[in-house]
Amino acid sequence: MKVAYWPGCVSRGFTAELHGSMAAVAPMLEIELVELDRASCCGAGVIAEHSQELADTLNARTFALAQQEITQGADLMMNICSTCQGAQNECQQRLDASAEYRAQINETLSDEGLEYQDGIINKNFLWVLVEEIGLEKLRSLVRRPLTDLRVGPFYGCYIVRPTDRLDINRAQPRDEYLGQVIETLGGTVIDYAGSHKCCGFPIITMNKEASLEQAGRHLADATDAQADCLVTPCPLCHLNLDLQQPMAAKQVGRELNMPVLHLPQLVGLALGLSPKELGLAHHIVKPTAVIDWSQAVVGGVGGW
Amino acid sequence: MAEFKLKIRRYDPESGSAPYWDEHTVELEPHRSVLEGILQARNENDGSIGVRCSCRAAICGSCGVRVNGKPGLACHTHLGAALESAGEDGVIEVEPMGNMPIIKDLIVDMDAVHWKKIQRVTPWLIGKQPVPEREYIVSRESMIDVTQSMACIQCGACVSDCLSMEVDPLFVGPAALAKAYRFVGDPRDGAHEQRLKDLSEDKHGIYDCTHCFKCIEACPKGVAPMNQIMRLRRIAGNDFQIKDRNNGERHEAAFVSNIERNGILHEADLLPDSYGGKFHPRAVPELISSLPIVVTALLRRKMTLGKALLHPHTAPDGVKRIFEVVEGREERNEFNLYISGTDAEAEASPEVAAAIEAAEPAGVAPEGTEGSSG
Repeated sequence: MKVAYWPGCVSRGFTAELHGSMAAVAPMLEIELVELDRASCCGAGVIAEHSQELADTLNARTFALAQQEITQGADLMMNICSTCQGAQNECQQRLDASAEYRAQINETLSDEGLEYQDGIINKNFLWVLVEEIGLEKLRSLVRRPLTDLRVGPFYGCYIVRPTDRLDINRAQPRDEYLGQVIETLGGTVIDYAGSHKCCGFPIITMNKEASLEQAGRHLADATDAQADCLVTPCPLCHLNLDLQQPMAAKQVGRELNMPVLHLPQLVGLALGLSPKELGLAHHIVKPTAVIDWSQAVVGGVGGW
Repeated sequence: MAEFKLKIRRYDPESGSAPYWDEHTVELEPHRSVLEGILQARNENDGSIGVRCSCRAAICGSCGVRVNGKPGLACHTHLGAALESAGEDGVIEVEPMGNMPIIKDLIVDMDAVHWKKIQRVTPWLIGKQPVPEREYIVSRESMIDVTQSMACIQCGACVSDCLSMEVDPLFVGPAALAKAYRFVGDPRDGAHEQRLKDLSEDKHGIYDCTHCFKCIEACPKGVAPMNQIMRLRRIAGNDFQIKDRNNGERHEAAFVSNIERNGILHEADLLPDSYGGKFHPRAVPELISSLPIVVTALLRRKMTLGKALLHPHTAPDGVKRIFEVVEGREERNEFNLYISGTDAEAEASPEVAAAIEAAEPAGVAPEGTEGSSG
């Protein structure tokens, strides 16, 4: 399949290993990535907080650029960030709700010759894995099952709430997909209190203690549940859970050392890529448990 | 009639024993409420089950509980629907709400948390001066704007699941901040700026919310407290230029101008800018405290010095143009789905849409004749 690919900002900045691992995994899943390199930041809720119309217009522009790719053969728009998914979905809900409002936004876009038509399909890589590629196909591609690897899912708020806007229901349990993917890849899903909670990142500059307390608490809960690592489809969560983990450990007063993987990294490991190819060396918390596991499974893989 | 299994969390802090689960089978039609199920269990099996309720019609807000882990009104949740969201064993779990101390079983102490926080935001109208001789005359539109926050029935479901409050019990919280918007959005109130300054400067005020959407998901009345908090921030920063000591306004301004310049976020600038700039006295200790992480990140080649210091991206002209047009508007164009509804809804009920269309256009009512009174 071919997708109009929106990598987001952080995957090209502080979590470059996310963008890199997605690029490495995509051909193995037969996904052709057509990058939307002229698109802009989704606003992460912060631009909408400043001006709702500004966020709606910027995202309408991104959707319009994606629709250009879709008319040229792409199947849908794909993102690799929970926050992009949620923030863009929120704007799309307003844009799709009213032809009158959409016309106002398109008026601004017309200067650039762009127009957003309602009803774009924009899915996170997690949703693409389950709904487009399918778990059966994914299972057939596994070269190195994640046997005995204990993985805690961490979704990120924007991809699980609000459920009605994100079309999460019994027939489409998108808030359970991470567990399904971990199982399909052969791993063990760890059930712990923080899996659907907030990483705290949005208030790191406003109330650092409360922000780190959230990250630290979830990491500690996962540790107590004996997880080897966490996996997240959200690079912003990754910033608070991995980059800030030394500070979070101080905040909650205990050692953590919990590796946090990006979703394409976990998929890549099971499809046979080495930890190094997937950029695991770039994490702040060394994913020692994951490396040890990969070496135990296939001697010498990764070359650490 | 059908049988439903209810698992009720029981706890009596005065007893000295630990909380426990208590299972009851009730017989009711699926369209009956979880509350009716609890009451049947209490009336027929065990009179000691503690539950608070009054109207049984989703108006009084007394029976807030968690059903299968999700907060809501027991009287507003059908047993049939609860069974659908139950686990594989088909047992409906009923627990007390979170973030508040338990008085007994399903009854939580609303006074200790919820009502205290409501009082915190001065929940009454402070009339704009000079007080008019008769009623305040306001536009119909401006009163419709606050109806969403007025729909709150004080059930505490949003407070129960607030993730910021879970780690910071001092957080003013979703219900109280939605109530604050009810007055900040009311043109008759004369204390907008003081209210906003108070809630921005408070470390546990409007900038302590993480956008986790829990309150939106919890609210049985569609109040969407988080959206009201975002509107409070918007008005505080944009209309009153309140530069709070929590860096809330600075962070927002830094983020927006970062995107205006770069098109996509340049994180290395965002952190110092959120504290007022690289050389700002506030920024220095923050940057020093994050030095060990920066060094590790550089060593692991998570980032490179070049990438951190240089700006590889600049905003495309189309993005710059959008900022120019939208930021240049004199009036905010804020589309509110709660008020406007969707085209699809209008098509589904053309009579309602026609009635709205036919109603008088929003505007100032003729002086001294009609209009909402204070």
